[in-house]
Amino acid sequence: MTGHTPRLSGAGLTLAYDKRVIAEDLSVEIPVGSFTVIIGPNACGKSTLLRALSRLLKPAAGTVLLDGRDVHSQPTRTVARTLGLLPQSSTAPDGITVAELVARGRYPHQSILRRWSAEDEQVVQESMLSTGVADLADRQVDELSGGQRQRVWLAMALAQQTPLLLLDEPTTYLDIAHQIEVLDLCAELHERQGRTLVAVLHDLNHAARYATHLIAMRAGRVARSGQPSDVLTAELVEEVFGLPCRVIDDPETGTPLVIPAARRSTSASV
Amino acid sequence: MTTVLDKPAARPRSIGSRVGVRPRAVVVGAAAALGAFVISVFSLGTGDFEIAPADVVTTLFGEGNPAHEFIIGELRLPRLITALLVGAALAAGGAVFQSLVRNPLGSPDMLGVTNGASTAALTVVILGGTSTQLSVAAVAGGLVATLLIQLIAGRALHGFRFILVGIGLAAILTGISGYLLTRGVQMENARALLWLTGSLDGRDWGQAVPMIVVLGVTLPFLLLACGPGLRMLEMGDDAASALGVPVPLLRNASLLAAALLVSFAAASAGPVNFVALIAPHLAKRLTRAPGPNLLPSIFVGALLLTGADFIAQHLLEDRALPVGVVTGLVGGAYLVWLLTTERRAGRI
Repeated sequence: MTGHTPRLSGAGLTLAYDKRVIAEDLSVEIPVGSFTVIIGPNACGKSTLLRALSRLLKPAAGTVLLDGRDVHSQPTRTVARTLGLLPQSSTAPDGITVAELVARGRYPHQSILRRWSAEDEQVVQESMLSTGVADLADRQVDELSGGQRQRVWLAMALAQQTPLLLLDEPTTYLDIAHQIEVLDLCAELHERQGRTLVAVLHDLNHAARYATHLIAMRAGRVARSGQPSDVLTAELVEEVFGLPCRVIDDPETGTPLVIPAARRSTSASV
Repeated sequence: MTTVLDKPAARPRSIGSRVGVRPRAVVVGAAAALGAFVISVFSLGTGDFEIAPADVVTTLFGEGNPAHEFIIGELRLPRLITALLVGAALAAGGAVFQSLVRNPLGSPDMLGVTNGASTAALTVVILGGTSTQLSVAAVAGGLVATLLIQLIAGRALHGFRFILVGIGLAAILTGISGYLLTRGVQMENARALLWLTGSLDGRDWGQAVPMIVVLGVTLPFLLLACGPGLRMLEMGDDAASALGVPVPLLRNASLLAAALLVSFAAASAGPVNFVALIAPHLAKRLTRAPGPNLLPSIFVGALLLTGADFIAQHLLEDRALPVGVVTGLVGGAYLVWLLTTERRAGRI
């Protein structure tokens, strides 16, 4: 823990879509400068929490605080200069080029009177360079591979230049090499640019490897949070996912590595 | 100055030069505007009294003889201006609807907005109302229909729900219109049927001026205040919202402006079908640019409607057709083509 008061936190949140309640009395804190990863089984409310933190979903009760103020009482554009979000499903408009899409990340910094500045130019260039898509600038986004496309979306989120960046399952639909590539990129952004990242991930071993702070959720509640090595134990995985497993040290990094228990011999049950 | 000259020549093209308005979009818009102008000159020159194109142009610049000035200024220009503006309004309204619904089928003439205007106008015709009452009713009818679709479809303004609710409403309103026609007496029915086809016959400054006003207010609003946000909205509500677009406000404001444009267009020329569907879609295909393509759509819309009206007036030797007949025939064919190609591309 860094000891600062968190810039982003939620307290006593009740999250619901119409009548369907996803979470009740949920409280989380995102430590400043952390790479926080949220894990949990399907439908436990991870993505819903991310939506609430990023102002997309208004909580039925409780408040989300961004820099000490209720995020829902601030104008969208003001929030968008501090807090970025890469949603799970975004559609690249037909015919849009990489440069055009990345440049859209500058939207919250522009207005009718101030459309394109030298700063926009520089930030977009840098965002494309740091995500390795600068060479693709004039290519159409719908021609790219899944991994390239995800890097372009990341570049757009980076161009928004927010100290806080939330990523909803950034590795979904990618093969293992591209998953690692995207996560390495996130880690680099976190370390080099000092951004606070919050990502929802499905792969526990990826979460353990990359997170500096882990939040494990189950049925709309935080089951445990803290350092990955403290959070990710065999008991927790059993409790949260209902999966018997062993947790050993990752031979590469020393972080926890979840090994699901071997299938019981089917002949025994026959 | 020297620092500018000293910059390496091989410096990569700036991002700014790649993200602005695309040259292709400018060409498409300019070509459509030019086409509309050429058609305008020809349609101002033809009729019972022929005027050479050169004389039309000199008259338009205020240098013609009094006879030409009367024929063009008093008789033909109001109709032409109404045609240009109705085309532009339908196209702009259609572009906004299609952009909000994220589907070319989400156009106001498919969704019952135009039908709302028709049904209300028809009611006035059957009751023997004046043409001013008819126009007011048409505008009100279009707006009420838009409100109804939004209330029933709820927050899901994109996707099939909005389209299905709209198509359902359009069907109901068509039924009501049919019933109203059975209640009217013959003379009113003839007037009603002509209005329902969409026609520019006998349009004077009384129709042109309201169009000028409504376009003058809504177009700058759509282009400047809503345009950038509508482009963001194409990436999905969440992505747009995360970038700072006030999504619900933008949706409601631009939907209202679009409904106003379409309703006023219907009040001026009747429910001219398919222009709101085709113009934005065609403009987008031609420019190949992302975004609602508002400006190119507007010029394409003006070109389509003036072109269709020119054809309608000259297709048959002995009599002019209402413009709605031409847009209906051409537009119906375009819709079939659109459905098959989009289906194949998996977009609808």
